[in-house]
Amino acid sequence: MTAPLIEVRGLRFRYEDGAEALRGVDFHLEAGETVALLGPNGSGKTTFVLHLNGLLSGEGSVTVCGLPVEGRNLAAVRRKIGLVFQDAESQLFMPTVLEDVAFGPLNAGASPEEAARRAHAALDTVGMAAAAGKAPYHLSAGEKKRVAIAGILAMDPEILVLDEPTTFLDPPGQRALAGLLEGLPQAKILVTHDVPFARALATRAVFFEQGRIAAEGGVAELARRFQWELPVKEQAERRCGG
Amino acid sequence: MHHVILERWSRGRSPLHRRDPRFKAVALLVFLVVVATAGQRLPLVAAVWFLLLCGTAVAARLPLAAAAARAGIVLSFTAVFAGISWLAGDPARALSLILKSYLSAFAVLLLVSTTPMSGLLHGLERLGAPRFLLMVAQFLYRYLFVISEKAQHMHRAALSRGFGGSRRRSGRMEAAAGAVATLFAKSYGRAEGIHRAMLARGFNGQFQPLEPLRAGAADWAFGAAAVLAPIAVRVAIERGA
Amino acid sequence: MPVWATLDAAAAPAAAVAIRRARSTFDPARIPALGVMGAFVFAAQMINFPVGAGTSSHLVGGALLAYTLGPAAASVVMIAVLAIQALVFQDGGLLALGANIVNMAIIGVLAGYLPFAIWGSGGRRRAAIFAGGALSVAASAVLALSELLLSRVPMPRPMLAISLAIFAASALIEGAITLAVVEALDAMQPNFVRKPAERPLALAALAVTAVLLGAVGVLFASTAPDGIEHLTRIQAAGLPERWLGKTAAGLGGLALIYAVCLVIGRFAVRSRAAAGRSA
Repeated sequence: MTAPLIEVRGLRFRYEDGAEALRGVDFHLEAGETVALLGPNGSGKTTFVLHLNGLLSGEGSVTVCGLPVEGRNLAAVRRKIGLVFQDAESQLFMPTVLEDVAFGPLNAGASPEEAARRAHAALDTVGMAAAAGKAPYHLSAGEKKRVAIAGILAMDPEILVLDEPTTFLDPPGQRALAGLLEGLPQAKILVTHDVPFARALATRAVFFEQGRIAAEGGVAELARRFQWELPVKEQAERRCGG
Repeated sequence: MHHVILERWSRGRSPLHRRDPRFKAVALLVFLVVVATAGQRLPLVAAVWFLLLCGTAVAARLPLAAAAARAGIVLSFTAVFAGISWLAGDPARALSLILKSYLSAFAVLLLVSTTPMSGLLHGLERLGAPRFLLMVAQFLYRYLFVISEKAQHMHRAALSRGFGGSRRRSGRMEAAAGAVATLFAKSYGRAEGIHRAMLARGFNGQFQPLEPLRAGAADWAFGAAAVLAPIAVRVAIERGA
Repeated sequence: MPVWATLDAAAAPAAAVAIRRARSTFDPARIPALGVMGAFVFAAQMINFPVGAGTSSHLVGGALLAYTLGPAAASVVMIAVLAIQALVFQDGGLLALGANIVNMAIIGVLAGYLPFAIWGSGGRRRAAIFAGGALSVAASAVLALSELLLSRVPMPRPMLAISLAIFAASALIEGAITLAVVEALDAMQPNFVRKPAERPLALAALAVTAVLLGAVGVLFASTAPDGIEHLTRIQAAGLPERWLGKTAAGLGGLALIYAVCLVIGRFAVRSRAAAGRSA
């Protein structure tokens, strides 16, 4: 049995103002998996995810691809695990799409030519090759999200983590994103409220509640158990008679 | 929006767009100095310079009328003082002010409409301007419209809640101060988000440039022509050609 | 020596000092933050503050930036703001950029920081902040005016008086707005506005120089036009008169451009906001 890509044991984290955000989280991610993180706002999903690449550090152990996430390993860890933030506008901070996607490879030590090559390849993968010279400001939300993913892919990671990726996307955009993610070989973690999106992609799900993982299982199963289906849907069904 | 049009123009494909930004920047600087120090037979010199600039705009495949008109925006500022100079009995100075400010603005516009901002800043860095400052300007430009739009949204939201009506002045002062403070906080928050995104992609203390600038024969030829032509015009006319 | 050329020359080392100091206190990782705060300044300058009698004004921001980012970083941000204004919005001539930088980004920021550095952490904090905001605008405006006069621009007495009155009003307004914004910031998060720097002496020295320069400017203003004649006679002594006249005329033109933007910028309220914002 191969070692898990991510292994978290007993993770605790407390914010500066004393609020306890994570109260002992155990988690693992195997190669090829796509795990959905479900749960209410403020339950610690995003906080948890920020520990995976060392942006936050708490007590307990976090290991990514065999490396403990700390100090001297951070550079290597951040190459292995790519984090796509909820706000693409803050993620695409360079003046042009190409410069932004090349940012990761350049930091990893690639030459400008190599970085440009990897950036073009990544943009191709996400279908945004034509936008290379554009300013991020002019892209639509869906396009920005795809470029953000390209920026991560250019670093050749083993794990993709996406925080609420379908926010700001219209239904066609959501469909396109799901299609894109389905085709990517990396193991994935999806923090999401979008149950249908999670069901389409995730092989497994965990449910966060007040800084702990309350349950684990299939997406549909957890959605039913915690009544996590979009509530408005039920209301609509009641009104329109199904 | 002003900026959007300039952005579009700056991503054109004319021979002028392809010129190395360093040469264009130097040419602009020389032109500005030559304009600033001109005095004799100004109307005639200015007219020929105007034609030169128009020719440049055409060569850059920019919409000439729109560009010439956009350069005129500066006149809304200088017209006032030109008027004052004229009324104070110095019509020559008034005319000089108008002509020079317009020509300067037109020239700057040509630079900015034929060079994408990031390329221009990169060129300035290679000319010796401090990197720290230019990168700050780069990020400023990147988020200028994002944040301005946010300010507009806030303004619209406030209006739809009745702000701007006949309320106490101190109340409106507080509301405006609150708006600025909120904008500040959101900007600060965005800066933190950017920082986190940078770290997540392995930022290790230095921004690395992607494309090195390479000057070719065409750039040198352009540079020479752009620097000499305005000077030649002025010398020729002043010496009474 | 031509006024604007002197200022352009002065701007370079002054800017370099500010940049070097900012670099030592801000690592490159903070560059995006400075850029974003520069964008904030642009956006904040669009927000209307009512100042009575149906008019409104805007925040300039030099003092506010100094209190929240420190004076060196504030100078760098203001320089970037001025540069973008000149390039993208064609505000003021590019050659006048040097003068703008010295007046607003360097002297203005330092003058604004001085009261805060001295009284910012005591009971007189509010007064210090108000004074700082006012001083930052007053110093830059007066300096601009004296540069104008040095360029032999015709300035009839009544116009001078009006300009000074406008400057005084702008200064008070900036003080009030800066204070209001700082109080709103304090209510949100107590550490947005920093404590004053630990080396007040060096800073105070620099800032005192700024205020002195401003005072010198006022002197020129009050003795104009006689002072101007006297001064230009001194200048012309070693120079070919014709060249001086010619260059002065040209420089005066450009010096005027930025000075106009400085003055009118404070009051071109809706027109500028509207022109810059709408299609």
